[in-house]
Amino acid sequence: MAGAATQVSLESAPRIMRLVAECSRSRARAGELRLPHGTVATPVFMPVGTQATMKGITTEQLDALGCRICLGNTYHLGLRPGPELIQKANGLHGFMNWPHNLLTDSGGFQMVSLVSLSEVTEEGVRFRSPYDGNETLLSPEKSVQIQNALGSDIIMQLDDVVSSTVTGPRVEEAMYRSIRWLDRCIAAHQRPDKQNLFAIIQGGLDADLRATCLEEMTKRDVPGFAIGGLSGGESKAQFWRMVALSTSRLPKDKPRYLMGVGYATDLVVCVALGCDMFDCVFPTRTARFGSALVPTGNLQLRKKVFEKDFSPIDPECTCPTCQNHSRAFLHTLLHSDNTAALHHLTVHNIAYQLQLMSAIRTSIVEKRFPDFVRDFMGTMYGDPTLCPTWATDALASVGITLG
Amino acid sequence: MKLSLTKVVNGCRLGKIKNLGKTRDHTMDIPGCLLYTKTGSAPHLTHHTLHNIHGVPAMVQLTLSSLAEHHEVLTEYKEGVGKFIGMPESLLYCSLHDPVSPCPAGYVTNKTVSVWGVSGRVEMTVSKFMAIQQALQPDWFQCLSDGEVSCKEATSIKRARKSVDRSLLFLDNCLRLQEESEVLQKSVIIGVIEGGDVMEERLRSARETAKRPVGGFLLDGFQGNPTTLETRLRLLSSVTAELPEDKPRLISGISRPDEVLECIERGVDLFESFFPYQVTERGCALTFNFDYQPNPEETLLQQNGTQEEIKCVDHIKKIETTGCNQEITSFEINLKEKKYQEDFNPLVRGCSCYCCENHTRAYIHHLLVTNELLAGVLLMMHNFEHYFGFFHSIREALKSDKLAQLKELIHRQSHSLQPLPPGFKRFSCLSLLSNWDYRHLPPRSANFCIFSRDGVSPYWPG
Repeated sequence: MAGAATQVSLESAPRIMRLVAECSRSRARAGELRLPHGTVATPVFMPVGTQATMKGITTEQLDALGCRICLGNTYHLGLRPGPELIQKANGLHGFMNWPHNLLTDSGGFQMVSLVSLSEVTEEGVRFRSPYDGNETLLSPEKSVQIQNALGSDIIMQLDDVVSSTVTGPRVEEAMYRSIRWLDRCIAAHQRPDKQNLFAIIQGGLDADLRATCLEEMTKRDVPGFAIGGLSGGESKAQFWRMVALSTSRLPKDKPRYLMGVGYATDLVVCVALGCDMFDCVFPTRTARFGSALVPTGNLQLRKKVFEKDFSPIDPECTCPTCQNHSRAFLHTLLHSDNTAALHHLTVHNIAYQLQLMSAIRTSIVEKRFPDFVRDFMGTMYGDPTLCPTWATDALASVGITLG
Repeated sequence: MKLSLTKVVNGCRLGKIKNLGKTRDHTMDIPGCLLYTKTGSAPHLTHHTLHNIHGVPAMVQLTLSSLAEHHEVLTEYKEGVGKFIGMPESLLYCSLHDPVSPCPAGYVTNKTVSVWGVSGRVEMTVSKFMAIQQALQPDWFQCLSDGEVSCKEATSIKRARKSVDRSLLFLDNCLRLQEESEVLQKSVIIGVIEGGDVMEERLRSARETAKRPVGGFLLDGFQGNPTTLETRLRLLSSVTAELPEDKPRLISGISRPDEVLECIERGVDLFESFFPYQVTERGCALTFNFDYQPNPEETLLQQNGTQEEIKCVDHIKKIETTGCNQEITSFEINLKEKKYQEDFNPLVRGCSCYCCENHTRAYIHHLLVTNELLAGVLLMMHNFEHYFGFFHSIREALKSDKLAQLKELIHRQSHSLQPLPPGFKRFSCLSLLSNWDYRHLPPRSANFCIFSRDGVSPYWPG
């Protein structure tokens, strides 16, 4: 079973995914993840709570919205408050008092986002802390060690991440290094029975590199695979092709986690392409800028046009914000210094994302996913044929036509 | 609306205000406080988090300064500000200004008063003021008044006299306009007692305002720093003595626990709850004890405790509370301090608020250090609940004639030292930690209880 350099691979990692339904046309699947802190229905969108908090909403509010898994970030938490303290607090679950599942990213993405503060070598990533100027080395072992202390249900390998706009030998170097780092993560992982280590497929926008990475990493028996290195500055045309290539080569009986994907259209298309799990800061971040997500796009509630609009953000939405408040009130509150405005929108935007995923899932289970896609695109773009070209192409590639 | 006094003890009035609101079926307890809001929303809190708080007062304070600029919107909305802000069931009191933000002086004229919103100054004549109130439709509203006199240090008699004259003129005009408006007749006008620090003018204001058909009285211009309040407390007693017993007395700008008690003893019924908000904004949590239940053993311990602590004075740096309200008071702890980094106790042991039931000091410390929005949410929930609990204890103390004990307890804490630095060993007589001692909690074990409303067990079976 193991490949040449992989005497370190796990013996039959648990099958944490159970498929409930599959679309007969596209690659869409509905399933269930069995995780230490409970079941998670897929496809699933995971809101991002970087520093052990979901940005102004309580864990009770997040639970009430139906969220059963969210993200924390190893890089940030590793610096503040640090793994030792979190361990004393009964892990990240205990520290932030979240009873459901947690997924922690490894810190790899910060290599790209904080590139001016980082330096990559075979050993790991050397970061200069923006808080105190101290240098830290984040190696595969260190990342896994921190994540073991955090106790998250799903942990991510440390990968060598390059921006999707980078070309040349660096991409290949990063892809091969990510494989080596995966093996080091697997070897360093102290709690495989309690925490599920996912691999991250790299290779940039190069089909050959990505194919190589897929071939190698799928030889390692990890419980799940993430598709990384996308959702940066690349064109959507390249983006979907890499996603489709990845899902075509990833095992069916393990979850596929597409990292950094969050816009509604992207979610729908990538579910069609065979992805099960998604995360993105977009919905929560855009909430804090006064933007509410709706089936037709978004509402910039700070704009004057909403000053006297006494309807809720979305009359079909069941979230507390829509049940209790009007666009006009939110507009007023957004122009004040009361942070409650941001929290109202954060609640709504998370609800929007979760309701969307739930609707997608139901349509897959009820064998009408292609119709759902057509309806969705119609609502979002006015007509299914007005959907962006890349999305039309991507959907067509898996048998869903919009015209 | 009917105010019934259960008893009056040492100047403190205990009772209920009944038949409140448009439906005439709400009740308020006095002494009590109003829920502080900013632009119609409790600070940091949404519907859900506000409803997590126990003991939220029946009446909400809105500020005209945050709402006046939305006059047009509210007029078009037609259904009143209560429904607009998502609090259709609450009683609403509309004050002129926000007690937290000082208003610039020099803008009151014989015909106009100004408030400051986000878009700047809104100048109001009596007509405009009443038109705005007509759009808001609050249950109570502070009448247009000249309260500028309190913004300055020393008031001249002339200026004090003017504040009274103007306020009475505004009041008469507002009452006249109220008579002409069907909508406004459902609201109650609160007359404003002005007069600065001039006794004669204060008495005149009280007597003259009391002659008008107002629903209650707002004692304005007593706010300032703690030292100025002391001198003003004498004025306050004289003023309330002139007011009818059967109408509520509100006071603006007074919210600190010790000052609240002083004012209750001088006949004040209702207070604003902006103090817990100020505490929240500086990253602090209210921890002062208001559990006055006397227990002979505990009293002895407490007395001994105070003695021992005084001995330690020389070794401890005293943190002075200056006159400025922005300083950390001794009613609170500063969660940003490094010593809370690994403190896994709740903010206040025994507190049943959402924050104390679900989170630790260490977590709040982390949220503050990382500048996360949730810090404000959780602290606000705790601070409001703690503060409302304080008012509940005042009423209970009055009921059982124990206000002196409560006052002594609060007074001791308002002059007490800041919590002892870490590593300081307490004397053996104090090692018996009774549950009133909120300042020196022993460390809890790391077994933190995660809330599990649906009884989800931590690990997937099998």
